[in-house]
Amino acid sequence: MDFINGFVTLANFVIVPGLAYGAQLALGALGVTLIYGILRFSNFAHGDTMAFGTTMTILITWAMQAAGIGFGVLPTALLALPFGIALTALLVLGTDRAVYRFYRVQKAAPVILVIVSMGVMFVMNGLTRFIIGVEEVNFADGGRFIVTAREFRDMTGLQEGLAIRTTQVITLITAAIAVAALFWFLGRTRTGKSMRAFSDNEDLALLSGISPERVVAVTWIITAALATTAGTLYGLDKSFKVFTYFQLLLPIFASAIVGGLGSPLGAIAGGFVIAFSEVTVTYAWRRVLTYWLPDDLAPSGLVQLMSTDYKFAVSFGILIIVLLFRPTGLFRGKVI
Amino acid sequence: MMRLNLRNLALFGVVGLLLVITGLTQSWNVALTILNMGLISAIMALGVNMQWGYAGLFNIGVMGFVALGGLAAVLIAMPPVPAAWTAGGLGVVAGLLLGAATIAGAVQVWKRMAPGRLRVAAMLAVLVAGFWLYRMVIDPATAAVEAVNPALEGYLGGLGLPILLAWPVGGLLAAGAAWLIGKAALGLRSDYLAIATLGIAEIIIAILKNEDWLARGVKNVVGIPRPVPYEVDLQRSPGFVEWARGWGTDPVAASSVVVKLAYAALFIVVLLALIWLFEKALKSPWGRMMRAIRDNEVAAGAMGKDVTRRHLQVFILGSAVLGVAGAMMTTLDGQLTPGSYQPLRFTFLVWVMVIVGGSGNNWGAVLGGFLIWWLWVMVEPIGHWLMQLITWGMAEGWLRTHLLDAAAHMRMLTMGLVLLFVLRFSPRGLIPEK
Repeated sequence: MDFINGFVTLANFVIVPGLAYGAQLALGALGVTLIYGILRFSNFAHGDTMAFGTTMTILITWAMQAAGIGFGVLPTALLALPFGIALTALLVLGTDRAVYRFYRVQKAAPVILVIVSMGVMFVMNGLTRFIIGVEEVNFADGGRFIVTAREFRDMTGLQEGLAIRTTQVITLITAAIAVAALFWFLGRTRTGKSMRAFSDNEDLALLSGISPERVVAVTWIITAALATTAGTLYGLDKSFKVFTYFQLLLPIFASAIVGGLGSPLGAIAGGFVIAFSEVTVTYAWRRVLTYWLPDDLAPSGLVQLMSTDYKFAVSFGILIIVLLFRPTGLFRGKVI
Repeated sequence: MMRLNLRNLALFGVVGLLLVITGLTQSWNVALTILNMGLISAIMALGVNMQWGYAGLFNIGVMGFVALGGLAAVLIAMPPVPAAWTAGGLGVVAGLLLGAATIAGAVQVWKRMAPGRLRVAAMLAVLVAGFWLYRMVIDPATAAVEAVNPALEGYLGGLGLPILLAWPVGGLLAAGAAWLIGKAALGLRSDYLAIATLGIAEIIIAILKNEDWLARGVKNVVGIPRPVPYEVDLQRSPGFVEWARGWGTDPVAASSVVVKLAYAALFIVVLLALIWLFEKALKSPWGRMMRAIRDNEVAAGAMGKDVTRRHLQVFILGSAVLGVAGAMMTTLDGQLTPGSYQPLRFTFLVWVMVIVGGSGNNWGAVLGGFLIWWLWVMVEPIGHWLMQLITWGMAEGWLRTHLLDAAAHMRMLTMGLVLLFVLRFSPRGLIPEK
């Protein structure tokens, strides 16, 4: 019984939140890795693309709420998401046309494109702040819990409860759908195949008549969709704040690099690796260990390896370990 | 390397003119404040220019190195807290030594043992045991230190040495951090260094915010000793009051101007010394080698240059300059406030300075430092003014309030646009590399 109680505590505080966070990171890392694979630079504006997409979704959510449109127990933001994606896609396509294309035609060095993306990040950050401000926004509505801790206790008769929030389940389902759609697209459709060909060998792809501008445009649209979805899910699960999204850049890049830059499968694995490391290292294990260990071994302290303030240090530590020992990442990304 | 041609002189003249106009239209106090931060910004830009302009290294952890400089100011200049040292000083020092010994031990295990599962297991065992010991020793010690008069102290304090000593020490601290990062991330793709520096900056700020025993965390350290006299002392000194009256000015206003001028003089000395050193370095065989590496790493490698080693060297040097600038800034502020370190302000703004000024050219970086700092300060009032103009005819309402509030965010937008425009239309900056 003690073992099950310990496990339920673990599920409540580590496994369920870790899964949701991992899915959010994986979606973010997929966007970074796609841009890297096709356009061949690290897009530092990705965090702020997520913030912009979420802002658009929030505005449309508000408009829908004002018009009395709801989604039942599900958050209205899910209805608004397609519109948010469309607006974000317009923004990134416009950015590509106005900014990135010039450097692509010139065949500028990747590091120049990285600096350019830093400028884009500045502008997008300013734009998002301009539109929605810097305050924290909570936009989740609908049912809050699928199972509350009390219901779970009553149902099972255990001492510990397991609360599963709607947003966590939505995150996992939406992420699964998005990933399945992406892999189907990359693997089965003509456009997806031409994208992979372009990523593998640009010259060969051009010779066989693949239009580079089309591939790039499709990549940006997919990235906008992934970024907006990731941002909205993160915002629903926690809350929306411009600066937090900028800070997500580090775990997202860490996920992409740990998985192997340029490898979509790696991005997903990396997202979960980073999320679970972050949650397990910053979790206070005392309660779980009290259940699991014999009484005389029960810990007196919190058994927290690191305080939650250092969660970035976890992504960073894993990043450094990967750079030192396996710079191509778990799934052998494109180049070191 | 700069030919003192008319164009470059005119550019610096424009910056001077902007400061004079600010002085005349607002106040000389404001103009001097901008000048002082401009000098510090110029030094930061020199550091980034060294990394980017000389060697093509992309460091976006400027904020972290600057903050380490600020930490040095506290550790050097603040008086020690004897009660805290007796309460837990020994434990903290022992804990830190244990932590360092653990990492050194793990590295030795990795180097000495034959590759295989056993090596991994041994290294992990050393790390886990070491971490456990470290926490055993340091946790009670830091708790004891933080319990000592938490409202005013609650930290170990500094060494009580002259503040000017903190400037080189800040450079050393930043150089140490740069060495750690460079060892891991250099020699790989250029983007990896960027991500690693972004990470270390966040972690340094997290440490400053949370380790109260070190520098009081978010409770801030205030009243850091100054290298120049206090305004109040000047106002009390009869000699100064008489001197100020002799100039026909109010002693209170004069004291503040004199203090700022004294800071400016100190900063100018550092800036000129650095520029002199850097120009020497750029003209030396070392500088030529660095540029050769930047322009073609493969060719330089084939000529027998150790590219990764040179990169590490220049990365450490540039970061040290950032540390010095950080210590100077904290000296100027007289306080260390970890909450005020924002990446957009300290990392990306410095990048805008370097790109706009002219990457690869020290004078360009200095010019960019002054110009962009002036713009950064001025954009907000200009934005407010602009928004008032736009909303002039509007009725009172939601949109008008929103637009007026949003003026505060004009800075990001303007800086981003400036960066993008310069990169597109004048990628070599205002004063290009020769």
